[in-house]
Amino acid sequence: MSKTVQKSRLSRSRTRSAWLFLAPMLLTLAIVAAWPLGRTIWFSFTDASLDLMGEARFVGFRNYLEYVAWGDGEGQYYGLLADARWWRSVWNTILFAVVSVSFETVFGLIIALVLNQQFRGRGLVRAAVLIPWAIPTIVSAKMWAWMLHDQFGIINDMLQTIGLIAEPIAWTASPDTAMVAVLMVDIWKTTPFMALLILAGLQMVPGDIYEAAKLDGVPPWRVFRKITLPLIMPAVLVAVVFRALDALRVFDIVYVLTPNTDATRTMSVFARENLFDYDKFAYGSAASTLLFLVIALITITFIMATRMDLEGKRS
Amino acid sequence: MATVELKNVSKSYGTVEVLRDINLELEQGEFVVFVGPSGCGKSTLLRMIAGLEDITGGELRIDGQPMNDVLPAKRGIAMVFQSYALYPHMTVFENMAFGLEQARLNKAEIRERVEKAAKMLQIEAFLDRKPKQLSGGQRQRVAIGRAITCDPRVFLFDEPLSNLDAALRVDTRLEIASLGKRLPDTTMVYVTHDQVEAMTLADRIVVLNGGIVEQVGTPMELYERPASQFVAGFIGSPRMNFLNGTVAAAHGAETYGIRPEHISLSPDAGDWRGRVILTERLGSDTFVHVEVDGVGPVNVRIEGRSEVHANDEVHLTPDPASVHLFDAKGRPIPG
Repeated sequence: MSKTVQKSRLSRSRTRSAWLFLAPMLLTLAIVAAWPLGRTIWFSFTDASLDLMGEARFVGFRNYLEYVAWGDGEGQYYGLLADARWWRSVWNTILFAVVSVSFETVFGLIIALVLNQQFRGRGLVRAAVLIPWAIPTIVSAKMWAWMLHDQFGIINDMLQTIGLIAEPIAWTASPDTAMVAVLMVDIWKTTPFMALLILAGLQMVPGDIYEAAKLDGVPPWRVFRKITLPLIMPAVLVAVVFRALDALRVFDIVYVLTPNTDATRTMSVFARENLFDYDKFAYGSAASTLLFLVIALITITFIMATRMDLEGKRS
Repeated sequence: MATVELKNVSKSYGTVEVLRDINLELEQGEFVVFVGPSGCGKSTLLRMIAGLEDITGGELRIDGQPMNDVLPAKRGIAMVFQSYALYPHMTVFENMAFGLEQARLNKAEIRERVEKAAKMLQIEAFLDRKPKQLSGGQRQRVAIGRAITCDPRVFLFDEPLSNLDAALRVDTRLEIASLGKRLPDTTMVYVTHDQVEAMTLADRIVVLNGGIVEQVGTPMELYERPASQFVAGFIGSPRMNFLNGTVAAAHGAETYGIRPEHISLSPDAGDWRGRVILTERLGSDTFVHVEVDGVGPVNVRIEGRSEVHANDEVHLTPDPASVHLFDAKGRPIPG
């Protein structure tokens, strides 16, 4: 009897110290994440504006959706959910996320497979591949903006020199190419990150099973499809979720490379515009809240659909 | 169904030569063990037979056909790895069937072969499990099963027992021995650093040291007539006593070798007198470590229990018929 009492006292003290160690992180998270998020959600239900934040009044769902009757039996829907510009930015964001993450995964996988081979100068190549990822986004976006410049950009010059295009293209200004430009820069920048995460997964695959496959006479493509791919899939899926989370809240590349274009305005850019440029703080808060919900929904759906092993139970 | 011949086979990595002029002829159905200390090249030699390492000199023939440039899968071999090398994401059945699918056998035949091998190794109950749900011994049986399904001409084992605990190692060793009996036509090549495995499993042992073959022979030939001081020291447990100085000089040798089991111990009379330093009691045997006056430390093996204790004075008598004499280069001097 006394033994169980002792044991439970020990486990109580362990629980206490566990909470003690967790407390600083929980406190920090509460201050930098929970509080701002809560404030944003609150503001989305008010009529707050930048200069009158203190006097914000609760207005219900008006920022999201409101039916205004004109008195003659007709009326109109207002609010975020009835805003075509918002839905355009939702579409832009999802398009951006799906295309960029898909390309980054494929390119990242190819690069990781190459970097996983033994060859002379591998260390140097591994470091060099990371350069795009190491450059701050603002810097690389500005750099690409110059390279993609319609009159003085080197990209147009090169394409014209080899005869692929006759006239210079206004890559970032033209609505037809703005999204392509943003995607190109993001894929260039983020593929190394993807490659690195997948490379880590590849290095977890024990080498001896490749020898077993050699003795089994398995051709290389089948080795990749039947052995390598299934074994690195958990790592790839985690990398995809990481990148998808990033891509869904993309802001800096778009804001620097193609400001003020319907063709590339993402949810984050939309929220910022309303929060600060248009002084529609409450409306921007509603957009931020929806952005949060959309990201949460997509992430949870993806994790459930791929039955991702987040707790490491199956590995 | 196969003979394996190695003719002047050597292996170098750049300028480093790890195997030199290996000449061996393995007969069909023979169980041959490559044994030697770590770094002697035994695993490399096995991997060269498997085709996982290039042969940089000499020739390998299986059933008389040159194999140097033949792909591993076309050599008619199967291999069991030390680390099992099972495909972690596949079930036991899939692991065993994977190689057969490559060989384009039909589903019914694959199932039949896998089930036959599983029955032989008593792993039928695990066919739907993944490797990580199995114990080390079960995994190694699956790895052996995977090799059996391929119906190889030559069966290669690369230290298959090293990752198992002591009790399992003995059980699995017996299984491998009985496997050798049940597949009488299959040539078995087995690599180990453990001379007990070598002695118990082998029809013939190949002792490798520093990239060359020290001796090839049956376990008893190696035990009774070691071709070098290295083999004499490597084969047999506990290790042979090697004595230098006056004892050796009296026989006109550099080194005088006598196995612990070939020395008798008496409390009052014998050729050598000494003091007991330590006794190790195993129940079935007792190892007595004696500091012999003017000779040096000598290990004696006594069957059953022994009542000698540390610091006791004892007398030792080596069996003259079991003495091995070696010259300065470690070559045996015929006695």
